[in-house]
Amino acid sequence: MIRLEKRPSPSAFWQWATPILAVILTMIAGGIMFAMLGKNPVEAIRTIFWDPLFNEQFASYSRPQLLVKAGPLILIAVGLSLGFRAGIWNIGAEGQYIMGALFGAGVGLALYPVETRWVFPLMVIVGVFGGWLWAMIPAILKTRFNTNEILVSLLMVYIAQNILASMSLGLLRNPEGGGFPGSRNLSQIPAMANPELIPGTGLHWGVIAAFVVVIAAYILLQRHILGYQIKLAGQAPRAARFAGVSPTRLVLLCMGLSGALAGMAGLFEVAGPSGQISIDFNVGYGFTAIIVAFLGRLNPIGILLAGLLMALTYIGGELASFMLGLPAAAIQAFQGMLLFFLLAVDLLTNFRIRFGTRKEAL
Amino acid sequence: MKRRTILKGGAALGLASMMGGKMALAQGLEKVKAGFVYVGPIGDGGWTFQHHQGALAVQEAFGDKVEIVWQENVPEGADAERVLTQMALSGCNIIFTTSFGFMDATNAVAAKFPDIKFEHATGYKRDHANVSTYNARFYEGRAIQGHIAGKMTKTNKIGYIASFPIPEVIMGINSYYLHAKKVNPAVELSIVWAFTWFDPAKEADSAKALIDQGVDVIASHTDSTAPLAEAAKTNGAVIGFGQASDMADYKPSPRVSSIIDNWAPYYVKRVGELLDGTYAQVDSWAGIPEGEVEIGEITDAVPADVKAEAEAMRDAIAARTYHPFTGPINKQDGTPWLAEGVTAPDGDLLGMNFYVEGITGEIPS
Repeated sequence: MIRLEKRPSPSAFWQWATPILAVILTMIAGGIMFAMLGKNPVEAIRTIFWDPLFNEQFASYSRPQLLVKAGPLILIAVGLSLGFRAGIWNIGAEGQYIMGALFGAGVGLALYPVETRWVFPLMVIVGVFGGWLWAMIPAILKTRFNTNEILVSLLMVYIAQNILASMSLGLLRNPEGGGFPGSRNLSQIPAMANPELIPGTGLHWGVIAAFVVVIAAYILLQRHILGYQIKLAGQAPRAARFAGVSPTRLVLLCMGLSGALAGMAGLFEVAGPSGQISIDFNVGYGFTAIIVAFLGRLNPIGILLAGLLMALTYIGGELASFMLGLPAAAIQAFQGMLLFFLLAVDLLTNFRIRFGTRKEAL
Repeated sequence: MKRRTILKGGAALGLASMMGGKMALAQGLEKVKAGFVYVGPIGDGGWTFQHHQGALAVQEAFGDKVEIVWQENVPEGADAERVLTQMALSGCNIIFTTSFGFMDATNAVAAKFPDIKFEHATGYKRDHANVSTYNARFYEGRAIQGHIAGKMTKTNKIGYIASFPIPEVIMGINSYYLHAKKVNPAVELSIVWAFTWFDPAKEADSAKALIDQGVDVIASHTDSTAPLAEAAKTNGAVIGFGQASDMADYKPSPRVSSIIDNWAPYYVKRVGELLDGTYAQVDSWAGIPEGEVEIGEITDAVPADVKAEAEAMRDAIAARTYHPFTGPINKQDGTPWLAEGVTAPDGDLLGMNFYVEGITGEIPS
C-alpha cells in the first residue's frame, strides 16, 4: 500500500529536485503526445530544447532571443514572487504591464519630437509609476474594504486591455499611420528607443533591469528585515502580526512592487522589442510570469532559471511548430504540462511516500 | 530526415546568393520553400483556414518542387519578427505574412534578408524591394451581401460585426450599407466593434447584442463562425453570411451566402513565378473578376428573385461593368464624395476613414 506522510518540514532536496523532475516528466509525456500526433518525439524534444541553443543555423539568432523573451518574464515574476511568499496574490500583472507601457509610451509620445537623452529615463520612471498605480487599486481596495485582491487585480486586466485598445485607436494613434490603429514605432525614435545594447546579444535595458532585480530581490529576502517580514507573513501570519508586521503595509508594498516591476517590463517592451502601442501589444507575459514564479520556487535565482527555461519552450516551440509542422495547440499543451507536473510533483516536497501500512497515527 | 533537406536547402540558398542573387533568380529556382505565418489557428474555419487552403494548393500545384512550412497563432508584434527571422534562417525562399498586424515585422525582417521574398497580406508598406503586398477586394462581396440584407430584413435593422476601424473594414461597411439602402430605403445599420480578428466568445457577444437590438441580418468582419452559431439559435429569425470561408455547416440558414477568400490563385502564381524566374515586386488587389473573392452559394432561404438579382450583380462586378462604389455618394456629414457616375479611385478606398451618408454613429477613434 502506498500512502503519503507529511514531512515535519519541507524537504530541501525535493524543493530543488522537483522542477527538474517536472521538466523530465514533461519531456516524457510531451514526447508521447508528439508521437501520437505522428511526429518523431526525440526530434521534437530536441528541436524545442536543443536547437534554439546549439543549432548552427539558428542558435546565433535564437540565443539572444531567449534573453529578449525571458527578460520581461523574470522582471514580472520576481515582483510577483515577493507577494506570493507573503500570501498576497497579484494575478493582474498583465494589466500592470499594459499600463506601464501606456504611461511610459504616452509620456514619450507627448514629448515627440523632442530629441534629448532624458526622454527615455523619464519614460521608464513614468512607466514604473503606471504599473504601480494600477496595482494600487486592488491593493487599496483590499486594505480599505477587504476585497479579494485575486479577483480585483484580474478584473483590472480587462479594463487595462480596453484602455489599451482605446489608446491605440485614439489618443496614441500614429497621426502618420493612415488611419490604422497603433502608435508611432518608439523603437525607431532614437530618444525613446530601448535598443539592443550590444549587437547580436539581445541585451536591452529590460534584460539588464531583470538581472539587477534578481540580485536585489535575493539580497532583500536574505538580508533585509522586509524580506524577513515577507517570509514570516507567508509562513506564520499570526506570528508575523505579533512581531509587529503590519498586514496593510505589506499588501501595499508587495502589490506596489510587483506592479512597478510589471510596469517597467511593459515600458521596456514597448520601447524595444515590440516597438509600438497596439491593440495586441500584450501577449500574456503577466500570466506566464505566474508560472515562472512558481517554477522558480518563488526564489529570485530560481526565477531567473525558470524564466530562461520558459523562454526556451516558447522559442523552441516555435521552431518545432514550423519545422515539424506541430500544431500550435500541441506546443501550448506541452507548456501546460510543465506547470501541471510541477504542481503534481510538488507533493514530494511536503510529503514523503511510504510503502506498507502506517505505523503511527498522524 | 527533414532537417537534412532543410540544411541542404540552406546550403543551396547560400550557394545561390554567392553566385549572385539576381542571376540565380532570373533563371528561377529549382525548388522553393514557402513559409506561411498565420495570426489564428488553421482550424478557425475562416480567415486563416482559407490562407492555409491556399498554401496547400501551392503544394498540390508544384508537388516535389515546393516545400511548405507554416506557423499558426503568431501574435502581431515582437513575436512575429522572431518567427519570421527563424523562418528566413530555416531556408525559406518566400514568406507570406497573412495579417495586417505583421506589417512592420515583415518589413523589418525583409531588410535583413534581401534575397528572400516577403509577401504581406492587406498591408501598404513596401519599404524594400523584396516586399510585395496583396489584398482582396472584399467590398465587392459586401455589395452583394448588402443587397440580400436589404431585401431580406423584416425589421429593417441590419447589423455588422466589425473588427478594427481600418480602411479595409470601413469600406466593407460602406459597401454593405449602400447596397442595402439602395433596395430598402428604410434600412438602418447597427455596427458593433469587436476589436479582434478572432475571438469566438466576443464575436458571439457582439451577435447577441445586435439580435437584442432587433437586427435580423448580420454580416461580420471577424474570422470565426460564432456569429452564425448565435443566429442559428433564433430558429430562422436571424440570418447571416459566411465570412472569409464558406461556412457551409450553417447552410441553408442562417448562412444564406458567403464571401470566400480564395488565395490559392495568387499563392500558386507567386510561387510559380519564383520557380520560373519571372517574379517581381507587386502591390496586388484582386477581387471577384480574378476569382480571389468568391460568392458562396446563395441558398433557398433567399427568394428566387433576390437570388437572381444578387447573382446578376456578382456577374456584373466580374465583368467589370459595375463598381460597388459608383456615385453619387455623399459622406456621412453630407459633403459629396463621388459625383454622378464616378467610380471610387483605389486610393480613396485604401485610405477610407469615413462612413457614407445615412450610417449613424461614429468610427471609433
